[in-house]
Amino acid sequence: MPKLTIQELKKIKERAQKGIALREGKAKVKITVHMGTCGIAAGARECLETLLEELAQTDRTDIIVTTAGCMGMCSSEPNITVEMEGQPPVIYQHMDSNKTRQVFRRHVLEGEIQTDFALARGK
Amino acid sequence: MSNYRLHLMLCSGTACQASGSKRVKKALEEELKKRGLDKEIVIVETGCNGFCAQGPVMVVQPEGIFYQKLTPEDIPLLVEEHFLKGRPVKRLFYKKPAPAETIPYLKEISFFSEQMLIVLKNRGLIDPENIDEYIARDGYMAAAKALLEMAPEEIIDEIKRSGLRGRGGAGFPTGRKWEFARSAPGDIKYIICNADEGDPGAFMDRSVLEGDPHSVLEGMIIAAKAIGANKGFIYCRAEYPLALKRVDIAISQAREYGLLGEDILESGFDFDIEIYQGAGAFVCGEETALIMSIEGKRGNPRPRPPYPAQKGLWGSPTVINNVETLANVPKIILNGGDWFASIGTEKSKGTKVFALTGDVNNIGLVEVPMGTSLRTIIFDIGGGIPKKRKFKAVQLGGPSGGCIPEKYLDTPVDYESITELGAIMGSGGMIVMDDRTCMVDMARFFLRFIQEESCGKCTPCREGTRRMLEILDRITEGKGEPGDIELLEKLSYMIKDTALCGLGQTGPNPVLSTLRHFREEYEAHIYEKRCPARVCKALIRFEVNEEICKRCGICYKKCPAGAIEWEKKQPARINKEKCIRCMTCIINCPADAIF
Repeated sequence: MPKLTIQELKKIKERAQKGIALREGKAKVKITVHMGTCGIAAGARECLETLLEELAQTDRTDIIVTTAGCMGMCSSEPNITVEMEGQPPVIYQHMDSNKTRQVFRRHVLEGEIQTDFALARGK
Repeated sequence: MSNYRLHLMLCSGTACQASGSKRVKKALEEELKKRGLDKEIVIVETGCNGFCAQGPVMVVQPEGIFYQKLTPEDIPLLVEEHFLKGRPVKRLFYKKPAPAETIPYLKEISFFSEQMLIVLKNRGLIDPENIDEYIARDGYMAAAKALLEMAPEEIIDEIKRSGLRGRGGAGFPTGRKWEFARSAPGDIKYIICNADEGDPGAFMDRSVLEGDPHSVLEGMIIAAKAIGANKGFIYCRAEYPLALKRVDIAISQAREYGLLGEDILESGFDFDIEIYQGAGAFVCGEETALIMSIEGKRGNPRPRPPYPAQKGLWGSPTVINNVETLANVPKIILNGGDWFASIGTEKSKGTKVFALTGDVNNIGLVEVPMGTSLRTIIFDIGGGIPKKRKFKAVQLGGPSGGCIPEKYLDTPVDYESITELGAIMGSGGMIVMDDRTCMVDMARFFLRFIQEESCGKCTPCREGTRRMLEILDRITEGKGEPGDIELLEKLSYMIKDTALCGLGQTGPNPVLSTLRHFREEYEAHIYEKRCPARVCKALIRFEVNEEICKRCGICYKKCPAGAIEWEKKQPARINKEKCIRCMTCIINCPADAIF
């Protein structure tokens, strides 16, 4: 491999930062897929995979996707909670792959809450 | 890379590997694969996390959940419950001893939250075998700045302004050392990283090299530019296989990127680093002996001056800096000397890494600002003394250092305050001792170490420490005589004044500091033939104090020789004819009733 210049060093830094940003606790958006047994049975796994695919296509390093247990409203599963910095969390219900994609692109990236799928606004 | 939703930061420092982190890793890999999670969850092997006592440890990011004492058997449950279903497993959380409480988040555990990380800023956050992750956290940006934008004098000025002092023990101002080497005449100069950490109980340098090797390389590049050196050595003992392996990987990665070698970052500056493996002789941590060893000779010290900065390796001006000192350098260049000088006390700037060990709950690696009190380190971060026993003393600075008793626990940790108390900052070994430690025996342990490691070149150290050891042996065997204490003192001062190198000059310190703070223990050994801590076997009578005896019968059950006579609700008695003086009863007695 040829010798680095300072520009190339900075490029490596930028690229590598994306890979480790998650560890530094600087996330501004947290998307939680509720993965209790009920959620998984209702298809939460597909929603999670969709989110990860979508996230990989963006340049954003401040979004984290995580899982949590059942919220207690098993009939509304799969549930996804979107928490954006400075805003109350929004819980979506009866999600599938397509709805998840729409929520990610329109709500997470553009800030437009998708009221059609929303179950509630949390505190 | 970015489509991993969880990063499992598994500690793979020496301590966690010894307690099984490799097996945990294998179990994790298998389980993640089985569940089809291996594309969305990544395992990252990090350097030492610091909380060695709880190993193997793992931090799950982004939540920052801390798991401890993992075994391969825990993994299937952990993967299903936490990584798939999002329910962290409480059973594997950290448990605070008192008041009892389980704490899931790393940042809320007092062991971590009370620390301030500069040297260890990448601890547990990067894979030490991946240069890109180091670069991601500002790695090599300081080297770029120093090589492309700063003149050597400016670098030295910045270091001088920071107030950085050598972290190897003596605390010599780093900037001044560099200045001497810079102004010394000669075309060929060298920079050496002293990684010959040999104090019993110290592991700071090893952890830095294992966890963040590039930070040391970067510090060396900057130092090289400052003094005008084109060649550097890392002198590391062969007993540190993992550190050596990681430094080796780091050097080859840096060479591949052209961060070591010719014309680094098109700056026109050439610099390369070679590892030199030491054979583990304690004296080779002394800088002149270390130079001899690299030159291929027997590691013996020589008188100074001339100092290595004037006449060092192969007669050329040489700067020798400790691992931790060098790891501080990139941060100072990047953030400025004033920033560094704002941390710490008036004369001791920045932070200090300590290896906290001995009779303390949270054994591990600790970094705190200079000026933090010993009490904070031992009781807040260290979690206090286990088994409800009492704190007795803390030993600082290894065999060259001394001990500090309880009444000085509020002393701020800086070079001057510690020296005033008869100990030294040293490289950062901090051994906590509870009330079951005999100070005479402790002094004997360190003196034996010094005696064995003495290179034999000068008489005061070779003969003097041997005579001192003989006296201490006698005292602990119950053959101490009046006048022994005075003789020990006389010998100590004589050795301090006349020994050739730092090893001999500081060798009597453990004896002097225990005499200073615990003289009455020596007197009890000599005049009363009694060991107050009940450690020196020859001075134990193996009798039961019937007033204190709880009549519990534990000694009766534990005694391997059947020498204890006991009946319910009656005090125990020891039959001296059967007793084999094995100490089992003393160790197990809950009331400390046997003397």
